[in-house]
Amino acid sequence: MFTKQQAKMFFLVGTFVTFAIFIALTIYSLKQVRTDIPQDVASGKHLWEKNNCMGCHTIMGEGAYYAPELTRVIDRRGEPYVKSVLVSPTPWNPKGRKMVAYGFSEEEADDLIAFFKWIGNKDLNGFEKVDRKVSPLSKDLMKSND
Amino acid sequence: MKYKSQKVAYWFWALSMLLLSIQLTYGFIMGFDHLGYDGLHKWIPFNTAHTVHINTLVVWLLAGFMGAAYYIIPEEAETELWKPFLAYIQLITLTVVGVAALAGFHFNWWEGRKFLEIPHELDYLVALNVILFLVILLMTIVKGKKKTTTALVLFGGLVGAALLYLPGMLQFDSQTLDSFFRWWVVHLWVEGVWELIMGGILAFLLIKLTGVDREVIEKWLYVVIGLTFLSGILGTGHHYYYIGVNKIWLIVGGIFSALEPLAFLAMTLWAVNMYRKGQKKHPNKMAIYWTLGAAIVSFLGAGVLGLAHTLPQVNLYTHGTLVTDMHGHLAFWGAYAMIVFAIITYAMPNLTGRKFYDNVRGRLAFWLSNIGIFIMVSAFAAAGVAQVYLERMLGYDFIDVQKKLYPHFWVVIIGATILTTGLILYMINFIKYGLPTDEALEN
Ligand code: HEM
Ligand code: HEM
Ligand SMILES: [Fe+2]
Repeated sequence: MFTKQQAKMFFLVGTFVTFAIFIALTIYSLKQVRTDIPQDVASGKHLWEKNNCMGCHTIMGEGAYYAPELTRVIDRRGEPYVKSVLVSPTPWNPKGRKMVAYGFSEEEADDLIAFFKWIGNKDLNGFEKVDRKVSPLSKDLMKSND
Repeated sequence: MKYKSQKVAYWFWALSMLLLSIQLTYGFIMGFDHLGYDGLHKWIPFNTAHTVHINTLVVWLLAGFMGAAYYIIPEEAETELWKPFLAYIQLITLTVVGVAALAGFHFNWWEGRKFLEIPHELDYLVALNVILFLVILLMTIVKGKKKTTTALVLFGGLVGAALLYLPGMLQFDSQTLDSFFRWWVVHLWVEGVWELIMGGILAFLLIKLTGVDREVIEKWLYVVIGLTFLSGILGTGHHYYYIGVNKIWLIVGGIFSALEPLAFLAMTLWAVNMYRKGQKKHPNKMAIYWTLGAAIVSFLGAGVLGLAHTLPQVNLYTHGTLVTDMHGHLAFWGAYAMIVFAIITYAMPNLTGRKFYDNVRGRLAFWLSNIGIFIMVSAFAAAGVAQVYLERMLGYDFIDVQKKLYPHFWVVIIGATILTTGLILYMINFIKYGLPTDEALEN
């Protein structure tokens, strides 16, 4: 059929070629990624990371699946709601599932909100574009924003 | 065993089993959190449990691979390990760093980047530890009599894994860039270099267990890892669909990641065919079970369940839902957990010299753990599909949907209990029959 030497060449050449294309595509697409991040967005991102928010939530679909996706949270809930969650000194649990009580300062909460807005305004190829309905089962809790 | 220094492998595997126990415990904590029983929230909130669960997973698998390398490389190179006491030092430092990281996760000391939560300060110690590990292996290979393909592929995979840890240490202000390079670690590990490690271990096991000629087995090893990189490197694009980078990744990622199952299929066919062809079957039956099991279940978990959500049209809806959990569990289990159990099961009787190959407990361990994980994964699948439909398609609120998923999470708990029972039986065998002795040396 084929020899071990040929199989080895298949491995080496295939790896080299696809790796070269991968690096070229990386350079090409990263050139278009903006790196001029406003200060408040950067601090928001830092807080997001430092507190491991991704250990419960997802953002851009990445993280854990215990708590809501936050890519468009500002669109969905509005700024005041999000802020009150962030500064709350007791665990936020509108429907029984608890969040860690971070008790962020005003400024920290604003940075996180700036971070969410920055993410929310990105072109994510259609991800999280669905309009959220609040389930009829919990109408009393809040109005959706759509 | 053939060389005294191979014994160190057992202690790496002991660390593996310890970390696995912690992983399972924290898995239960998360499972109950999902069901509303969150009594531990104050001390172990969900994000702590999640971080412990996935980091103990990664480290127990890596410790398993390290044990495998310390067992396999001397035998392949036909020499004792280079400075075996350094291997013990490496084990101890690895344990210390691991314990520090795990403790830190309970005190908000981490980096919230899924799978790479180990704090930056500890990353440097991890890097040093891994360099020591690689130097020991390299020196062993250099001074050895033979440089086999199996040993080189295994070593190459380990070096690749170490190098790919570095992009994960870069820091960015942009979430897009952060995510972009996080996948260089996470994706290029599990769908790249770890497959080389798995392939190397699998080749070694097939050579020992089936008696098929080494040249034949190693020829197919090249085919498998060739397919791996051919599809897996550009397949990274399946994580770049929705993070704010160029649309070209929708096409490149879609096409190449859809080819990734071929590498796993090749692995299955390779293992099954070698087993069929083999004339001199090894008496260690349980090792054969785990070896063929890994080759088959990895195709189901990584190949089939990966393909299920890898096309952008589908992933748009399933991205970041419990569907991902379904795939994550069976892929890690089939490919990496099972291959670690396979090499341990093969090596144990050789380390002890007891020729103790088969018992009811060992068989139960195999069947219960596999049945348990299948139940769990089916429940995650049902929960995931329901979540996608209600939340992503109909647009219902997240928490309202989660409450509809409770029945599925009870099934997750049932599956997890069966899985854990199986693994406890495995660990009993590991403790009872595993302790290595020098008398076990074969001439
Ligand atoms: C043994 C190999 C594999 C392992 C261990 C594995 C494991 C995982 C894990 C843990 C995740 C979740 C990652 C995160 O969100 O941080 C993931 C995501 C994903 N995997 Fe795999 N995987 C493997 C192979 C594959 C293959 C071969 C395919 C495609 C055919 C695939 C397709 C995907 C896709 C599309 C996602 C993204 C899911 C999402 O959008 O949320 N995986 N994988
Ligand atoms: C006692 C058994 C187990 C239970 C109850 C359990 C439960 C869970 C839960 C509830 C999650 C998080 C879901 C979320 O983000 O909301 C999770 C995540 C995860 N578990 Fe397990 N698990 C168990 C065993 C395992 C095993 C044996 C493996 C690997 C072989 C594993 C690999 C993972 C991975 C990779 C993730 C992250 C998945 C993803 O990103 O989709 N788990 N587990
Ligand atoms: Fe991937």
